[in-house]
Amino acid sequence: MKERLEICLSGSGGQGLILAGIILAEAAGIYDGKEAVQSQSYGPEARGGASRSEVVISNNTIDYPKVMKTDILLALTQTACDKYVKNLNEDGILLADSTIVTEVPNISNKTYLFPITETAQKKFGTKLVTNIISLGIIVGLTKVVSQEAIQKAVCSRVPVKAKEVNEKALLLGFNIAKDLRTKK
Amino acid sequence: MNNQKNIKLLQGNEACVEGALLSGVKFFAGYPITPSSEIAEGMAKKLPKIGGKFIQMEDEIASMAAVIGASMAGLKSLTATSGPGMCLKQENLGFAIINEIPCVVVNAQRGGPSTGLPTKPSQGDMMQARWGTHGDHPIIALAPSTVNEILTLTIKAFNFSEKYRTPVILLLDEVIAHMREKVEIPAPEDIEVINRKKPTVPPEEYLPFKPDEDGVPPMANFGEGYRYHITGLVHNYKGLPTSDSQEIDAFIRRLHNKIEKSIKDIIIIERYLLDDAKIALIAYGSVARAAERTVKLAREEGLKVGLLKLLTIWPFCSEEVNKLAQQVDLIIVPEMNLGQMVLEVERASRGKCRVVPYGRVDGELINPIEILGKIREEIKK
Repeated sequence: MKERLEICLSGSGGQGLILAGIILAEAAGIYDGKEAVQSQSYGPEARGGASRSEVVISNNTIDYPKVMKTDILLALTQTACDKYVKNLNEDGILLADSTIVTEVPNISNKTYLFPITETAQKKFGTKLVTNIISLGIIVGLTKVVSQEAIQKAVCSRVPVKAKEVNEKALLLGFNIAKDLRTKK
Repeated sequence: MNNQKNIKLLQGNEACVEGALLSGVKFFAGYPITPSSEIAEGMAKKLPKIGGKFIQMEDEIASMAAVIGASMAGLKSLTATSGPGMCLKQENLGFAIINEIPCVVVNAQRGGPSTGLPTKPSQGDMMQARWGTHGDHPIIALAPSTVNEILTLTIKAFNFSEKYRTPVILLLDEVIAHMREKVEIPAPEDIEVINRKKPTVPPEEYLPFKPDEDGVPPMANFGEGYRYHITGLVHNYKGLPTSDSQEIDAFIRRLHNKIEKSIKDIIIIERYLLDDAKIALIAYGSVARAAERTVKLAREEGLKVGLLKLLTIWPFCSEEVNKLAQQVDLIIVPEMNLGQMVLEVERASRGKCRVVPYGRVDGELINPIEILGKIREEIKK
């Protein structure tokens, strides 16, 4: 793994991106024992509007806490994809929701497309777990944190009554990642 | 748990709550405002459990008044706000200064003026912290740059406020207030907690504003039998208004001197790779972290750049900056404003080296690359 990994989770307010960032940072920082910083940028609206959550993971102390060049980009809206793909590292990875991000940018990077939101709705009857499925896919694809760490972090951060569904969503994400990898 | 370390992923605002609790805070009054609301939220959850009081007031003027009252009754008191609320607190902040009432006021800075940019960072209130309330007054203001520093400097803020009987302003910015980072929460026995001096004389001999040798008068809690008068007017040892010019002069000078003569205790700074530096960055808050990265990037290019990180903003570390100005050829001051602390840097440098501001005011944190760009641009001049 690189000394410093920068992850940008982008979309719109209400998609659970900030919570996803917190869970990822907690997995890295608390359960994998690395250094991690999570920050966010959002508008004054409670829902809608652009939202982005950034996570920096490193083996050493983290100075600059924000993303300089994205290594892993999650895009859950077209607007977010268009905006943040420009800052993707040459060897960075893009994961986009294929039903929402219809115009996939013409880039040489590794791009993974999957109907994440639609799958959440179909399998779990709610879009609320889109963020957790996304985390599962990201971890499955990149091993940015260990699977054990992300499982623990998900369980500790989601409400008790939602634990089971979120655990299932995470496992589904791992499986989707496997399929996406074999297809490549 | 294989060891006793209490490590958590905390938001900056949550770390402020933890720091305040470790300091012994027992009272919070405030009015929630982004990006400081999580401090009020945390206090509302935690204070009642330890026998403390949380009050959501009708506005920030009343919040500051309640904090003053609670502190006078003997409780360590906190309030937290952002720019628009900080404006409202100014009047009572002055009252707390003139009556030497310990309290901590957090300003999680967002873009301004007015309601400005509620969810975006800024460092536009640096001079407001110094001169926001009127009158020729001293103030202590601290500016952490990591979540861990928010915790430790919140404790410092309470300690300074109790030790010097003064309000202390903790200047956060949206980036570090909302950011989450790994924090080791210290055990209570591992931190130093300072409590205000209490009078050693009986109530009938107590002069509430008669200073000890350190310039700080012992403070009796209201309700403990020490009856005394407090007023926003300049007052004598008894706390009664005075128009005696000697008393007035001595009072105003003492307010300043009690801070000034302890400046070595109050100033907290960090030097990073400055020993051989020819170019110095001076930064604070979240921008200091960008600057630290810039130093590393610049060193890779063979540029002798170092960083002076300010943790205490007011009083300003003039002596340190003056020494630095004699050593380096150039000082660059990156800030999320169009030039506030750079004015102090210029003043302290006394023309010994070139001092250049670098400001960003678009609601985004300054990044290391642009500071590096500024260095390259300036060394060509």
